[in-house]
Amino acid sequence: MKSFTYERVTSPAQAAAAVAAKPGAKFVAGGTNLLDLMKLQIETPTHLVDVNGIGLDTIEATPQGGLRIGALVRNSDLAAHKAVRRDYGVLSRALLAGASGQLRNMATTAGNLLQRTRCPYFYDTNMPCNKRQPGSGCSAIGGYSRQLAVIGSSDACIATHPSDMAVAMRVLDATVETVRADGATRVIPIADFHRLPEATPHIETQLQPGELITSVTLPAPFGGTHVYRKVRDRASYAFALVSVAAIVQPGGGGRVAVGGVAHKPWRVEAAEAQMPQGAKAVASRLFAGARPTPENAFKLPLAERTLAAALNQARS
Amino acid sequence: MDPNAHFPLSRRELLIAGATSAAATAVPATAHSQPKPPTMTAAAAPLSVRLSVNGAPRQLEVDPRTTLLDALRENMHLTGTKKGCDHGQCGACTVLVNGRRVVSCLSLAVMNEGASVTTIEGLGTPQAPHALQAAFVKHDGYQCGYCTPGQICSAVGVIDEIKRGSPSHVTADLTAQPLLSAEELRERMSGNLCRCGAYSNIVDAITEVAGAKA
Repeated sequence: MKSFTYERVTSPAQAAAAVAAKPGAKFVAGGTNLLDLMKLQIETPTHLVDVNGIGLDTIEATPQGGLRIGALVRNSDLAAHKAVRRDYGVLSRALLAGASGQLRNMATTAGNLLQRTRCPYFYDTNMPCNKRQPGSGCSAIGGYSRQLAVIGSSDACIATHPSDMAVAMRVLDATVETVRADGATRVIPIADFHRLPEATPHIETQLQPGELITSVTLPAPFGGTHVYRKVRDRASYAFALVSVAAIVQPGGGGRVAVGGVAHKPWRVEAAEAQMPQGAKAVASRLFAGARPTPENAFKLPLAERTLAAALNQARS
Repeated sequence: MDPNAHFPLSRRELLIAGATSAAATAVPATAHSQPKPPTMTAAAAPLSVRLSVNGAPRQLEVDPRTTLLDALRENMHLTGTKKGCDHGQCGACTVLVNGRRVVSCLSLAVMNEGASVTTIEGLGTPQAPHALQAAFVKHDGYQCGYCTPGQICSAVGVIDEIKRGSPSHVTADLTAQPLLSAEELRERMSGNLCRCGAYSNIVDAITEVAGAKA
């Protein structure tokens, strides 16, 4: 690990100001992704601002009938929260499909959204990677790409976003609330929060330097049957090859998002009109314009079949 | 009588002595080739952190880079907690922080100011083992033993999580009390790898203890 200085802060505004004041500073909350990357010198912050003492660790009902989830609510607490289990089952299921019990006890809601890709070339500091070292090239294109993106990718990057939780947040139309160093707050729809790689894959979200996530808000429950299906190389504790988050209404309509296939949770609202017609119709709209590699082309039929399984599970 | 009394060195002391002699014989070769020293960054000023470890208050001065795992092993000499992968993938370093299981390799010591940490040394002793320690011995829940402290600390957390009604990936009904089945235990313990493959005996050991408590 490269050397860094460290401070604790006691309020969100103080945290944002502390990071904005020092170039190379970063927030640390759970630390499960950041410390891993710091040990490999993929992340080399010069200053860490520990936000664990700023509150933001509760889940509250909103006047609109939804839930406001504090940025520091741990993944295990969010998954086990009574209202989440009852009204937003897809979110509980997605969280419980990710990582391990120990990591879910540490990882936070905001940190989960901000975790970095698990592309093997991002992790290998001996190889070019436009995300780790902008302009150095993409080793994954033409390399080992079995795990990587099939849609929304660019000539600069074919990485995927690794989060399960974010796929559920996308299907639930969550919004991300932030505060900046000057105290200004804003609300970012989850659909816009993560960016596609385009020519700047190192810029992964809409957040500005020093901007801190304070909460993630869910709208009022949609009802329906909630399903999260994840396909991976082992039964537990592995990242998704493909995952499907679905909310299916009694008439067969609903909403669906897919993980493991793109640089962000993949959802095409126009495809959801096809849900009563079945998985094939939905998948053909969802994956129009897909650009798989020879190594990961299997993800397209796998996603369609996972979607079919999710829709069947919802009906049964 | 202590069965180890006739050994002049513990296993750990023997390994340290072996490593020292290996380093000594390696010196002449590196002195001639004069390899470039690894790039180093100047250490930041040490920081003070106060913890309660196994019920005892501790105050440490640590480099900010020091993980909770390294603070336990190197600063406090509590070597029961093991370093496996050091990247949160194997679970060997699992301890309980404020009663919840975490991987101590992915937390900085300074992030745990004021926390209450329980390691394998705090669960029981050879004379008075924790129920899970006794059950792991009874059911042969290990071979080499390296993952065992992490397995046992994790299992303490798992039993508490089931008791509190926290669901898992394999819980059929999210709103019901989770069952204490082998399937549940396998899923909940998936963050603790055992290269020897003692998994079925680990499940038996945890089942016995959790069943007795339920």
